[in-house]
Amino acid sequence: MGKQEFTISIFSEDHIGILNQITIILTRRQINIESITASESVVKGVQLLTLVVKASPDMVRKVAKQIEKLVDVLKVFVHSSDEIIYQAIALYKVKTNGLMSGNIIDSIVRNHHARILVVSPEYTVIEKTGHKTEINDLLNHLEPYGLLQFACSGRVAVTKQVKELNAYLSEMDGADRYRNENIELFEKN
Amino acid sequence: MNEQHETKQAEIQINGLENITGAEAILRCLVEEDVDTIFGYPGGAIMPVYDKLLDYSGKLRHILTRHEQGAAHAAQAYAMVTGKPGICFATSGPGATNLITGIANAYLDSVPMVFITAQVVSELIGTDAFQETDILGVSMPITKWNCQIKKPQDIPGTIARAFYIAKTGRPGPVLIDITKDAQFEKLLFRYKKCTYLRSYNPHLPLRKKAIESAAIMINHAEKPLILAGHGILISGAEKELKTFAEKTGIPVAVTLLGLSSFPCDHRLYAGLLGMHGNYGPNLMTNEADLIIAIGMRFDDRVTGNLKKYAKKARIIHIEIDEAEINKNVQVDLEIHNDAKEVLQHLIHLVKEKSYESWIREFRICDKIEFDKVIKAETSPEEGAIRMGEVVRLVSELTGDNAIIVTDVGQNQMSAARYYKFSSPGSFVTSGGMGTMGFGLPASIGAKIGNPGKQVIGFTGDGGFQMTMQELGTIMHYKIPVKIIILNNGYLGMVRQWQDMFFNKRYASTELVNPDFKIIADGYGIPARSISERGELKEALQQMLDAEGPFILDISVEKEGCVLPMVEPGASVSDVTLNYKS
Repeated sequence: MGKQEFTISIFSEDHIGILNQITIILTRRQINIESITASESVVKGVQLLTLVVKASPDMVRKVAKQIEKLVDVLKVFVHSSDEIIYQAIALYKVKTNGLMSGNIIDSIVRNHHARILVVSPEYTVIEKTGHKTEINDLLNHLEPYGLLQFACSGRVAVTKQVKELNAYLSEMDGADRYRNENIELFEKN
Repeated sequence: MNEQHETKQAEIQINGLENITGAEAILRCLVEEDVDTIFGYPGGAIMPVYDKLLDYSGKLRHILTRHEQGAAHAAQAYAMVTGKPGICFATSGPGATNLITGIANAYLDSVPMVFITAQVVSELIGTDAFQETDILGVSMPITKWNCQIKKPQDIPGTIARAFYIAKTGRPGPVLIDITKDAQFEKLLFRYKKCTYLRSYNPHLPLRKKAIESAAIMINHAEKPLILAGHGILISGAEKELKTFAEKTGIPVAVTLLGLSSFPCDHRLYAGLLGMHGNYGPNLMTNEADLIIAIGMRFDDRVTGNLKKYAKKARIIHIEIDEAEINKNVQVDLEIHNDAKEVLQHLIHLVKEKSYESWIREFRICDKIEFDKVIKAETSPEEGAIRMGEVVRLVSELTGDNAIIVTDVGQNQMSAARYYKFSSPGSFVTSGGMGTMGFGLPASIGAKIGNPGKQVIGFTGDGGFQMTMQELGTIMHYKIPVKIIILNNGYLGMVRQWQDMFFNKRYASTELVNPDFKIIADGYGIPARSISERGELKEALQQMLDAEGPFILDISVEKEGCVLPMVEPGASVSDVTLNYKS
């Protein structure tokens, strides 16, 4: 089976070391992380890690189960790119004088749906939000004008599916027949 | 004087809660979790805990092993025979790293254990302080969960969580690392057992639909085979397995760690699976039209070549750990549940049946295996003593009722093959990890866990010397274990592979051994060395009759091979029965 791009969304407790536990599982299977983003999720106290990996569907399924097995992980979703809405953000720092001749800067920004964040005599910072190919397109366009810096974030994604995390969580709670009514969560200090 | 007394009283009671040190809180937590035995080894960072342990000697028994690895193995065996979590203490740095082999061993064999390691004081963490190791990082891939405590008030909650995680779901080892300052500082102690974690849900709803589908598949099968694994013993489903097998008439094969989950003398017992398992169950795996795998994980030692594994069969996998389902073998029906709960439900849905001609095929295989392998191994008339012959005699002399502990290698495979296990949980071995040196300390832990039973440890001359220092523990606590060294002067299993697959080039497998009897003498442990068949039965009887510990060093055939064998890369139906070195 050939390698494909997958987005793995991991909802976990916000505990120290959780990222380490996840990367251990990926490293064992020699899977490289293409990008990674950590953020809060819609559920309070639950952290969302969004990973992009290239692997065979079979392998990514196995790895996702092993990640979900981690005690501090609540739920893992694996999606192919057509099942999610996703974006990354990139910042480009270019020499201002290189762009100032004619209307180049204006047309580049306009054509790529980017925007200018900062203009100074020395440099201009352009921001672009989009998919990786779009971000790379702009990068190629800007390169001839003297690129000083380039940085791109990891992917953030939401799913097209209707069932939300909260529904899964309440299902899990409901399934726990041994659940004590006087739950005392041992919160970490 | 009086003033001092008053402050002490005030310290002890605040809002009805006792103000105690972190060190004492650790011990109080263990008492709350019904722990009575701890295996461990002291050192600098864990001294506050050991100091308090003196005051708790009435409630908590501490077994001082001679190496932390020994403590880990002993605690694991204790857990395996009692069903309670094994508890292990070690200090920071080398104390903690010495546990690693034991932790990894328990992780691969799903044994509930709580490891408590000490850590240097909080402000020194990360500075390469004396005896500092990042034990959380080191143990992360081999623990079910781990955590560091820097504040005393976190001790009760974290330990409660640790026990809950270790015992529930697919059990496993957890590690808690506690800084020295957290042991010294005080907290108001209150303990509440953990019964729920938002991110961890071991109590799964019963997959009734899947179980109904399983029943239909079972009722229509013509050549069904049950593969019973460690999960049967962990979930305590031995009775359910027996009832299920007897009602459906389906033969039961067991994995190495599933041994003793089904009586070896039962008419439906098909035998041991795997590389050195019995001929019938391996061969028939590829004849079966339905495989019902319960609480097992299709390890490569069980499946052989996956491309040629069970191709005629549909597979039902009953397994509590979802990550094991479809990991190695693609299954037709998954039941992601506890084995016992599934069997209890499934029993009512299956029809009473019998498979006489299918069972007969197993008996034909048994006959072939007996003629080609077992007869010569268990009742040879000439030549050196054979391992199988020793194990079979021990089985007879103990009425098939002892707890058998093994090391790893030929001694392990011989014990697994030739002891006729009759009671659940009576086999303690290192399965997934194959840890040489497991046998001796594990025998100690098993005997402490079940003092009423005869505990016999089979080991080899190689593995024995890996943890031989634990003879000191046997001497110290007068632990009446019986250790049989099946001594062939080689690292036997590696030698067998060199014999079969490396043109008999014996690279670093021949051992120059000490006189084990003299070593035992040094520890004041009665011992005997024998090499003649004529002495065997009488020597074994002497060992079994001994009130205290006994070590029997038996010189066996030097170049014996454990057969049958599913050679590496071969299919389970391609079993080697004959091999002449």
